[in-house]
Formats: sequence, structure tokens, C-alpha cells
Amino acid sequence: MRFVLRRLGFYAIAFWVSITLNFMLPRLMPGDPVSRMLTQSGARLEPDQVEQLRRLFGLDERPVVEQYLSYVASIFRGEMGVSISRFPTPVSEVISSQIGWTMLLGLTALVVAAVIGTVLGALAAWRRGGFLDSALPPVLVFVGSFPYFWLAMGALYLFGVTLGWFPLRHAFDVGVVPEWSAPFAANVATHLVLPALTIVLVSVGGWMLGMRNAMIATASEDYITMAEAKGLRRGRIMVRYAARNALLPSVTSFGMSLGFIVGGALLTEVVFAYPGVGYQLLASVQALDFPLMQGIFLTITAAVLIANFLVDLVYVRLDPRVRVS
Amino acid sequence: MSAPLLEVENLTVEYAVGDRPVVAVRDVSFAIGEGEVFGLAGESGCGKSTIAMAVLRLLKEPARVTSGSIRFAGEDVLGMGEAALRRYRWRRAAMVFQSAMNSLNPVLTIGEQLGDVFTTHEGATRREARTRSAELLELVGIDASRLRSYPHQLSGGMRQRVVIAMASALRPALLVMDEPTTALDVVVQQEIMAQIQRLQRERGFSVLFITHDMSLMVELSDRIAVMYAGRVVELGAAGRVFDQPEHPYTKSLMSAFPPLHGPRVELVGLADRVRAAGGMSDGCGFHLVCPSDRSDCSTSIPDLREFESGHWVARSGSTGAVRAATTTPVPATNGAGQ
Repeated sequence: MRFVLRRLGFYAIAFWVSITLNFMLPRLMPGDPVSRMLTQSGARLEPDQVEQLRRLFGLDERPVVEQYLSYVASIFRGEMGVSISRFPTPVSEVISSQIGWTMLLGLTALVVAAVIGTVLGALAAWRRGGFLDSALPPVLVFVGSFPYFWLAMGALYLFGVTLGWFPLRHAFDVGVVPEWSAPFAANVATHLVLPALTIVLVSVGGWMLGMRNAMIATASEDYITMAEAKGLRRGRIMVRYAARNALLPSVTSFGMSLGFIVGGALLTEVVFAYPGVGYQLLASVQALDFPLMQGIFLTITAAVLIANFLVDLVYVRLDPRVRVS
Repeated sequence: MSAPLLEVENLTVEYAVGDRPVVAVRDVSFAIGEGEVFGLAGESGCGKSTIAMAVLRLLKEPARVTSGSIRFAGEDVLGMGEAALRRYRWRRAAMVFQSAMNSLNPVLTIGEQLGDVFTTHEGATRREARTRSAELLELVGIDASRLRSYPHQLSGGMRQRVVIAMASALRPALLVMDEPTTALDVVVQQEIMAQIQRLQRERGFSVLFITHDMSLMVELSDRIAVMYAGRVVELGAAGRVFDQPEHPYTKSLMSAFPPLHGPRVELVGLADRVRAAGGMSDGCGFHLVCPSDRSDCSTSIPDLREFESGHWVARSGSTGAVRAATTTPVPATNGAGQ
């Protein structure tokens, strides 16, 4: 328990640092969004309107410390300001309308790739030099080294345009109203297949190789020989003694990837016109939409920290050695 | 008169590295009787651990048994199928490994690792397995509450005692111990050895005891074999070999250890001049220090010959009634050389 509390404290500090950086970065950069907005819209605004806008974006002339405090306070209230490019939609609304799709896509692809890759890696290492071990890794690495957009567009052309098995774009058909029902879920699922599949294709090789290598290192440990000498069944040795221990590094990388899901899969979202945070982030950078950028960065940071904390918790269950320091 | 429990006959093990295999064990024969403690001594790399692994058939690629046989209670170990092999391992022959520290899985509790012996071999339920594991731990003087501990929470000595408890769980007829006390300090070594001796006396299992610590070995063993470069060069009753070693290598090995009692003596290193000079040789590096009445062993290590009743030495030439070894050297208790 003390371990968990200490980790929690660590993450609180990390979160504070990221908020502070997030606050400072736009203020250190040249240019300010209000003047850009003025030129962009071409609208003629009265000086007191400009002043109001400035205050809205937290760019007023108050002392920095005061600005900082009100910034932190608003973060904890869940307010991240107003998007400039989609004025006057609040940033939190922009992000929350897209984060669901991003997480659906990212989580599906990650879980499928990690599970398949890990199982394949464990089997390949256990039957070292066998068919699985000699044939699959080169193929997967080969596929994984294609430029992603090329692979994605190829899949889109083949399965979407030529064969017509899967829809070409968006998270669900135009004109369908989102609701919790089986037909809508099926609609979403068919739209999910191609984007998720392409991500799985390029990432599964990494998972497989990671697990395979960890497993081979574990298989030469003395306790594996001991388990064999004990006359245990091969399957039990593989699962309880070898894979159980070799899994630990994979759990770490799973947690890391989990956090970065929230950042979105930019290329996937662009190729498949999938609504997501990645595409939004690109758009906000192009439009110099500071509040939205800040909001997305903060969300990503928070997600990475939360995912890491979850991994820490799982690790305590999986590896007794981290419980004592 | 019963047949010996374990018979190793003309065993040769090679490690296939590149196109030139390294012969780790060459033409080794010995037998262990029931209830006998048989010591196997020799320097690092002489092949003693390879023999231990071969007895439980744990050798992995690139190691290969290229000739010879291993029989356990008359059954051919090398020819066992997978199911028979699993029944043979641990129930009939168990092993304590060299590295106590690493032979326990760090992420499973002691209880789980002791228990899966019972659940696998005796079909015990989890609860039965736990009760019996607790009894086992008490047997080696560890509190049963330790069942919930993980290996890293135990000291080195405790870990090795856990492994010994594990090895004796199913009351195997043969216990192979490959340098069971190597990584431990002298005091703990003493405790562990006392524990093993007590268990052995109570349960009467046979032991194949492997070490390079000659004094420890002589104290424990009934008979010992001395290995050199993959070959057994001397085999006989422990006290006899210790007091009057016949082979020059045995002599060197004996004098390389400081005696615990008695006057101070000058220690001598192992004078293997051929190998020390960097030459790989199939011959005996000790032919240079051999008395001149023996023939030249610079090209090969000779087979064992019975030097006197129950005492076998690998040397050629003739001092005493030397007889060619045509049969497996069997335990003295079974009347070898009658």
C-alpha cells in the first residue's frame, strides 16, 4: 500500500509539472492568438471587444502568478478555455466529442495487436526454430516496415474500393443517429475494421519479437530447468514459469502505448477520415489554436500518467519483487 | 544381492559447437547402490554437472548423449517416452541444482512451487498440497508461514533448504546434488550438509553428490569417483582414495585443499602442464608427474583398471595386480571384484 501511495505522489508531481509547462509554453512563444484572430476574420472589432477576447483567453495584463493560479483552478474545474478555430465552442467540448472515437480505435488496435503478438511470441520462443519462429517474424517485420499511409491506402483501395467489403470513411454511416443499439454498434464495427486492422498489421511484429526475446531469455533461467526436472507438464512450464515471467516487459510497453492512444493515430485518422484527436491536433496546430492545443496536450499527459499508474498497480500484482523497495 | 539403483555405462556426451564437437564426458561408467552416497569430484569443466544433467535427461541442445546407457532400477532412462520421463523425474530421481538462488521462480510463492510437485505427480488438491508443503518446510526447519513468501524474501540458506525439501517431497530413491552449497557461506554450508545427512539417514535414499570440495565429499560419501577432462580417473571407497590416492590427478586435487585440522602444509596447484600451456590435448596432462614405471599417457587417458578390490584407477603400466575393466565398476557393497 505504501508503494501505491508513493507512486501516486510521484504522479501528482508529474501532473503539476505538465500543467505548469502547459501554462508557460504559449506565453513564451511570439505572437498572440487574438491579433491572429483579428487578421484571420478580417472583422473590425472595437478595442473593448478585443480586450474582452483577451480576457477570455486569459491573455490579460494581470500578474503572471495570478494568471497561473486562475489557470490551475480552471483546469481542475475542467475548463480549458474556448477554441479559437471553432470559436466559440469550449475546448473541453471539442475534445470530448472526439476522444471517444480515438479511444475506441486505439484501444481495439492495441489490445488485438498486443494479445496476438504476445501469444505468437511465446509460442515461437517455446518451439524455437520451429515454423512459427522462423517464418513469422521476418514476414511481420517486413509488413511493419511499409510506410503506414501506403499500407493503409492499399488496404482502403483493395477492401474498400475494389472489393467493397468495408466502408471507405468516417466512424459510422452518414445519416445514422448515434444510439446504444445493436445495428448502430454493427455499423461502427464495420467502419472500425480497416483502420484497426492496418494498425494491428504494422504493430503486431513488435509485440511478437519483444515477447519472443523475453521468453528466450527466460527459458534459459535455472528455474525453468528446475521445473522441467520436477516433471511438470510442458504446457504448465510454458505458461506458469516461462510466459508468466517473460510477460513483464510487455506489460510495461502495453501501459506506455495505452497512454499514447489518447494522442490519436494521425495517419489512420487522415486516411480513413476517422474523427479523432490526432486529426484535431493537426488542425489546431495549423490554425494556431493555442487553447485547443493546450487542451489536447494536457489530455494526453493526463492519459499517459493514468495509464502508467494503472501499469504500476498491475505490476504489483504480477511481480512481487517490486513490492519491497 | 540386488542390482544397483543407477547404472551409468560408457556414457559419452558431446557439445556440438561448430563442426568440431567438444567431448564433455567420455566413456564414463559407474553405478550407485541403494542407499549409497556416491561422490563425483573434479575441477570446473571436467564434466561432472553434465553427468548430473544426463542422469535426469535434462541436457539440451547442443549437448547430446552420443553413446552409452543410463539405467535406473533396470529401466533405460535414455529410451523413456515423454510420459514415462515425467514420472521418472522427481518421483524416482530428484535433483538439487548448483544455484539455489536461481532455481526458484521469483514471481511464484514458495507454497505454489512446493505444491505443484504434489498436484502434478499425486493429483493432490490445492489444500492437500498446501498441508503437505507445510510439513515439508517444517522438516527442513522453516516455519510453515513462509509458504506465502516469495524467494527474494528468503536468505540463500533458506532458499537452498526449500529446494532440498522440494527434492525430497516425493521420497525419490535417488537424489542428485550438484554442488548444493556452492554459493553459501561456511556456517550455512555446514547446516545444509547436516540436514542432508540427517534426511539421508532417515529415508535411506541414494545420493549422487557432486562437488569440488574434497573434504566435504569424503565426509559424506561411501565411494567417490574423481573426474578429469571428461573421464573418470579414479574410483574407490572414499577413505581409501582420500588417504592413498593412486592417480597423480587425485593427488593434486587432494593437496589443493587446505585441511581443516592438523599441521600446516604447503598447498600445491593442479599441475596440468599440458593444458596450462594452452594446448588442447586428448591425453592426460599429468603423465609428466607420473612415476616412470607407468607407460606414456600423453596421447590418451587410459581406461579404468581395477588396481585392487573395488579400487579403480585410469593408468597404464603395471604396479600390483592390474586387471582390465571389462564390467561396470559396481558398488563395493555388492562385492565388486570378487
